[in-house]
Amino acid sequence: MASRPELQAPPEVFYNDDEARKYTSSSRIIEIQAQLSERALELLALPNDGVPKLLLDIGCGSGLSGETLTENGHQWIGLDISPSMLDVALERDSEGDLILGDMGQGLGIRPGVIDGAISISAVQWLCNADKSCHEPRKRLKAFFDSLYRSLARGARAVFQVYPENLAQRELILGYAMRAGFAGGVVVDFPHSTKRRKEYLVLTCGPPSLSSATPKAKGEDEESCSDDESSDDEGNQTVSISDRHRPRKKQKLNKKVKGREWVLKKKEQMRRKGNVVPQDTKYTARKRKARF
Amino acid sequence: MRLLTHNMLASNIKGVANGFPLKIEVGQVVEKHVDLNPEFLKNMFAKLDYKVLVEASKTMGYADLPEQAEPSMLESEDFLRKLNHALLELHLEEGALVCPETGRKFPVNKGIPNMLLHEDEV
Ligand SMILES: C[S@@+](CC[C@H](N)C(=O)[O-])C[C@H]1O[C@@H](n2cnc3c(N)ncnc32)[C@H](O)[C@@H]1O
Repeated sequence: MASRPELQAPPEVFYNDDEARKYTSSSRIIEIQAQLSERALELLALPNDGVPKLLLDIGCGSGLSGETLTENGHQWIGLDISPSMLDVALERDSEGDLILGDMGQGLGIRPGVIDGAISISAVQWLCNADKSCHEPRKRLKAFFDSLYRSLARGARAVFQVYPENLAQRELILGYAMRAGFAGGVVVDFPHSTKRRKEYLVLTCGPPSLSSATPKAKGEDEESCSDDESSDDEGNQTVSISDRHRPRKKQKLNKKVKGREWVLKKKEQMRRKGNVVPQDTKYTARKRKARF
Repeated sequence: MRLLTHNMLASNIKGVANGFPLKIEVGQVVEKHVDLNPEFLKNMFAKLDYKVLVEASKTMGYADLPEQAEPSMLESEDFLRKLNHALLELHLEEGALVCPETGRKFPVNKGIPNMLLHEDEV
């Protein structure tokens, strides 16, 4: 199997007719999408009042995840960047409304009207720059800011994601927090390489009891044997190889930069809107040799 | 695309201050039956821009919605049926959505509005 899909091609290219076809023909993909969506819906923790809600499915693709929403009685609007995937959704007679759009351009939705949002294996795509005009940070910001606005107060957004590494997860979460979301990450089956699944569980509005991060599944299990064959498709492969954009070679600077330089850099990052630790007497202090 | 979605969508073009409501250009409208669900309609009513819904449904060829509505009308089954029809049963199958400020057209094909922005609109 190939490396992470995000590193192979932009989503609208990767999810072409062939890839989209799998979402109707592979029982394994269908089952996984259903499982992930069920769990995402559960983590949305909608009030148990029997009232159908208006939900968003971001990166709705073939509409498999949406089917879960429909089965649970909800109305939904799905957004996806891949016409091939949306064609499959049409074929499957998806009950939700479909929109061809790019979440990285921000959601064009009126403020406060959406009761909840889910997204299955899609948000990590935002961390790639697929076009010269793409700046992942700007796209993440546009996405989370607009999502935050569109949600009703107290509503949740749950994203199942496959971050490439810790830094990427922090990056995504950081922009969610800056947009105003409270919440955190739920890792189901953290000890299993195969069954491990990450969900960002975000609540719109200030932290409260309801925004406490829910409990993960399988957290207390010992590393299990991973014999469940039903899991994952494409996305889970851990081997990481970059698509023709090699990681920046780490520069080995001989000359040590001084405190002034560090303070200047930090100021620059602050102006860009990044979260930067406070300047203290420890900033850029020399470490003891034994470090 | 149903008018429920139209009622939520706004033009997202850079610099546009008020991208709502998008004007509807009708190519083809189709109707699909949806079972009446009073609970959902009651939940949505508070969030709807009702005036916009009335105008949009007229554009789509349905003129039976009362011009004004208030929450107490949600007790009337007759009103609920009309609301259900306008909101969930009418689909814009072909046509376009037009940004009220810039006139930019977002085409709708096979019921799917193409809201992708060009580079210079982001
Ligand atoms: C793993 S698939 C999820 C499929 C979907 N849950 C389903 O049931 O078919 C990820 C989806 O995210 C979409 N996607 C990736 N980047 C996107 C973006 N920037 N905007 C909107 N959708 C995007 C892809 O086109 C793809 O359909």
